[in-house]
Amino acid sequence: MSQVQNTLDQNETPQTEAPKPISPFRQQMREFWFYFSENKGAVAGLFFFLFVVLVAVFADVIAPHSPIEQYRDFILIPPAWQEGGNAEFLLGTDPVGRDLLSRLMHGARFSLYAGCIVIVISLSIGVMLGLSAGFFRGMYETIVMRVMDVILSIPSLLMALVLVAILGPGLRNAMIAISITYLPHYVRLARASAVAESARDYVTASRVAGAGTWRLMCITILPNCMAPLIVQASLSFSTAILDTAALGFLGMGAQPPASEWGTMLAEAREFILSAWWVVTFPGVAILLTVLSINLMGDGLRDALDPKMKRS
Amino acid sequence: MAAETVLKANNLKRYYEIKGGMFAKGGTVKALDGASFNLEAGKTLAVVGESGCGKSTLARLVTLIEKPTDGELVLGGFDIGSAHTAEEKRTLRQMVQIVFQDPYGSLNPRQKVSAILEEPLKINTSMSSAERRAEVLSMMSRVGLRPEQADRYPHMFSGGQRQRIAIARALMLRPKIVILDEPVSALDVSIQAQVLNLLTDLQEEMNLAYLFISHDLSVVRHIADDVLVMYLGQPVEHGSREEIFSNPQHPYTQALLSATPVADPSRKRERIKLVGELPSPLNPPSGCTFHPRCPLANERCKAEMPKLAPTSSAQVSCHAVAEGRN
Repeated sequence: MSQVQNTLDQNETPQTEAPKPISPFRQQMREFWFYFSENKGAVAGLFFFLFVVLVAVFADVIAPHSPIEQYRDFILIPPAWQEGGNAEFLLGTDPVGRDLLSRLMHGARFSLYAGCIVIVISLSIGVMLGLSAGFFRGMYETIVMRVMDVILSIPSLLMALVLVAILGPGLRNAMIAISITYLPHYVRLARASAVAESARDYVTASRVAGAGTWRLMCITILPNCMAPLIVQASLSFSTAILDTAALGFLGMGAQPPASEWGTMLAEAREFILSAWWVVTFPGVAILLTVLSINLMGDGLRDALDPKMKRS
Repeated sequence: MAAETVLKANNLKRYYEIKGGMFAKGGTVKALDGASFNLEAGKTLAVVGESGCGKSTLARLVTLIEKPTDGELVLGGFDIGSAHTAEEKRTLRQMVQIVFQDPYGSLNPRQKVSAILEEPLKINTSMSSAERRAEVLSMMSRVGLRPEQADRYPHMFSGGQRQRIAIARALMLRPKIVILDEPVSALDVSIQAQVLNLLTDLQEEMNLAYLFISHDLSVVRHIADDVLVMYLGQPVEHGSREEIFSNPQHPYTQALLSATPVADPSRKRERIKLVGELPSPLNPPSGCTFHPRCPLANERCKAEMPKLAPTSSAQVSCHAVAEGRN
């Protein structure tokens, strides 16, 4: 009897027959790349982002000069292609004679580092709070969500400024402050998905099978909540870089002589009219990096959103 | 051969408290208001009724997802009220498993079939991973799935195959009782028959007791041994399949059966039309809860709640039947 049913089922769904064995992970990656590569902007963003990452990783090797060494004879040299430029300093030098190109390359490290740390902190704490709020509900959820509402109701940069003022200026404290201002987004997303998922039958089935709270939360529900969180993380990576730069510009982030892009902008503020390159290049670096990450994040969202898939 | 009684429910009740808001008054929803029945190993008890009659609440109580407000529930000789230690609770839990209606929502989309089937064993037994794997594969072949499908994800399967996976998961712990919460109503008619046959085969093979919850009477007629008809949280008629289908006594059962389509165009059907809506369980009618819609209702029905009483064929909860007015 069941033999007959079996063959019937096989005939009924020939598409489940994979032509050759292929690991689901590789298949997933292939599918992901198929949808991701449809978006040309996203691919361009990805490649520029990879370029920035490589520059940051190999900054020590490829930078022509040390980022903090001051060449006293070459103060405020314009870029090489301009009159008065020097081929040794491709993008010119700053008011104390440091090579701009080398500083930008090393600055990429600070920015990517800050972005990564902010994402890791806010994602992990946010997921923990949001998942538990959505799972346990009740009073705990109310408290967590109202605290998040309070954080959301203060302008994020202002909030970060206040926190840095309390913790003391510096890149590390700036990162902590920015993480806290980003927390509510993750908590809300994680909670919303957790609430929706915990009502599904497969969670009940796990419960009937005897799964404990920890298993239900982390093994059953969490993997099904990750897609929107990954997209949010990739998008807020760029805002984290921007906010770190903003705090640096306001003197509350990375401290001189660190070659963080925002700090470089702040130092060069007084030369906006006389030496355009000192302000422009850090600004352009921030712009391009953030733009590329945003494009990449859009592509990621489209590729991970099942509703966008046509097959 | 006297079969072992694996499930005994005695006056099982489940009420939900509705919190009163700023403008709304609080209240009690009597989702299940006194259900009593027995279930024997190897038998199928079908619970039928329209939506909102307490079928799913009953399923949640029997699977121990929720605790009954009142009443006695005995699973395989253990009263669930007396189970306190984790060990006892685990034993009880392994006795009951459930198959859900929607095969698209009941399987975790991020887990492979093998992981889904393995989970109950991982939680409840101390088997090694090789033993678990062997167990998974043997269960898959029992429900008509091929071993190479173990490493696929649920979205790669059709509805019927997914329901087979759900059935396999329910059977992994060798339960004595399986709750089937409308297991075929989300499937195509052609697949329904296959899944029902599979369920019957498995029942014979493993001596399972089924609590089959359904609103589809043609399916119930196919699979059930006994039928329990529910209305607004209370059983109104309980009897063997033959009796219920050939000689329905309660006016509600009669109306329910007359609403089932029969594939015979020449047969003129006499359809009993019920007037009105299912009343709110928040505010059930006085006396017999069915009286506002009942063609046989009289003053006694409005005032006095009938009890499930044995008649010549089945147990019926109706004054009209007891008085011979029908």
